[in-house]
Amino acid sequence: MLRFEYLRPATLSELFEQLQHYGPTARILAGGTDLLVRLQHASNGVVPVPTGNGGQELNQVRAVIDIKRLEEIPASIRREKQHLIIGARAVMTDIAGQSDVQKFFPALVDAVRVVGSIQIRNRATIAGNICNASPAADTIPALLAFDAVVVLRGPSGERRVPLRDFFLGPGRTVRETAEVVISVELPLPVVAVGSAFGRVTRRKGVDLATINLACALYENGRALFGYGAVGPTPILAVDESGRLCDPSVGDPEREEHLAKLIERATPISDVRSGEDYRRAMLLTMTRRIHRTALDALVTSQKGES
Amino acid sequence: MSAPGVSISIHVNGETHSISVQPHHTLLQVLRYDLGLTGSKKCCGEGECGACTVILDGRAVNSCLMLAAEADGSNIVTVEGLERDGQLSAVQRAFLDRGGVQCGFCTPGMIMAAEYLLMNNPHPSEEEIREGLSGNLCRCTGYQGIVEAVQEAAGEKQS
Repeated sequence: MLRFEYLRPATLSELFEQLQHYGPTARILAGGTDLLVRLQHASNGVVPVPTGNGGQELNQVRAVIDIKRLEEIPASIRREKQHLIIGARAVMTDIAGQSDVQKFFPALVDAVRVVGSIQIRNRATIAGNICNASPAADTIPALLAFDAVVVLRGPSGERRVPLRDFFLGPGRTVRETAEVVISVELPLPVVAVGSAFGRVTRRKGVDLATINLACALYENGRALFGYGAVGPTPILAVDESGRLCDPSVGDPEREEHLAKLIERATPISDVRSGEDYRRAMLLTMTRRIHRTALDALVTSQKGES
Repeated sequence: MSAPGVSISIHVNGETHSISVQPHHTLLQVLRYDLGLTGSKKCCGEGECGACTVILDGRAVNSCLMLAAEADGSNIVTVEGLERDGQLSAVQRAFLDRGGVQCGFCTPGMIMAAEYLLMNNPHPSEEEIREGLSGNLCRCTGYQGIVEAVQEAAGEKQS
């Protein structure tokens, strides 16, 4: 592997100093399950996939900064007022197993459960998945559909960025060099909601998504669809007509709304799929998860009335 | 650039090792080359095959996907740590009984993944076993014997 320094800051202020000192040659290690693969590839001269941790600059890395035990960054998943707060050190196994996540955000549970393998989910974090900014990251569509907000902290304080504004391109985000993600916040739904996650892969386990998507349909008429692997960044498509949350709407009208959702998708051809196949699957899968989520919405409305 | 070593203390199979490791060395490298525990295997090196699986602080992890320095202070169990007084663990025994071993390269990782599964779910269904071992690949494709071995170890099948 590449040679680098290993740093384990005990406090946030120490972390900020290190991030400022090393600048773009530092990499934050939360789970490490993606970072170490990329560092290995970089040292083997394998051309890195143009996503995650800034891609080709990886061979310039001089410091790996391990935040796995930095206690000021939470590892907990807890409710606070109207939000569920997923600490940046929380690992995927714990996120998928947490009762509030299961109760309010089932599509996120389904998304987390397809990430890598059990061994990977025991180390990997959602914060890392977001910061790597792979267009194909499996947890991002669901987080988008649930209106996630990223909480960042840097030397000059804290700021909150809606996840939909977080990505700039493959491997690039609005996170500044000296900033770290502290947590990801999900607003707890105040109305009935039905959600679903979908994914197309070449094989069942340990594969990157050809496409992935998730949706959340809210009783008040909002329909949020998150899409991955259909453009340089994951995207969020919103339909507020109310028609996608209404089970009495007929097929032709629903089709019109669904087709509109995916207009912004710009899939490419790559090793996992041709562009045409991606485009076709995009519509098919959009229909499919919409149906599942609509059923879940109806069930949840019945449960509450 | 050569970086200075990192001093760590790790508890492996009940024994404490205070050693200096290279910052870029993985836990797997240190287990194999510094501690001589060559049971855990390096295969894909990318977390796809599970041959390097160990149990770290009660959780199955890919030892190729973490730095040795990250493991500082941790309790680690490798396949070498499963036997007690010369007796194989129930899972190890069952792998032998059921022909869950072919070429043997995936076996240590498979066994650690199976131990982890049974720690959390002592009586898994066949589907749960397959799911529990889905992070481990057997290129001999000897999955049937492996699944049966886990069923036997869980007491679901007569030995």
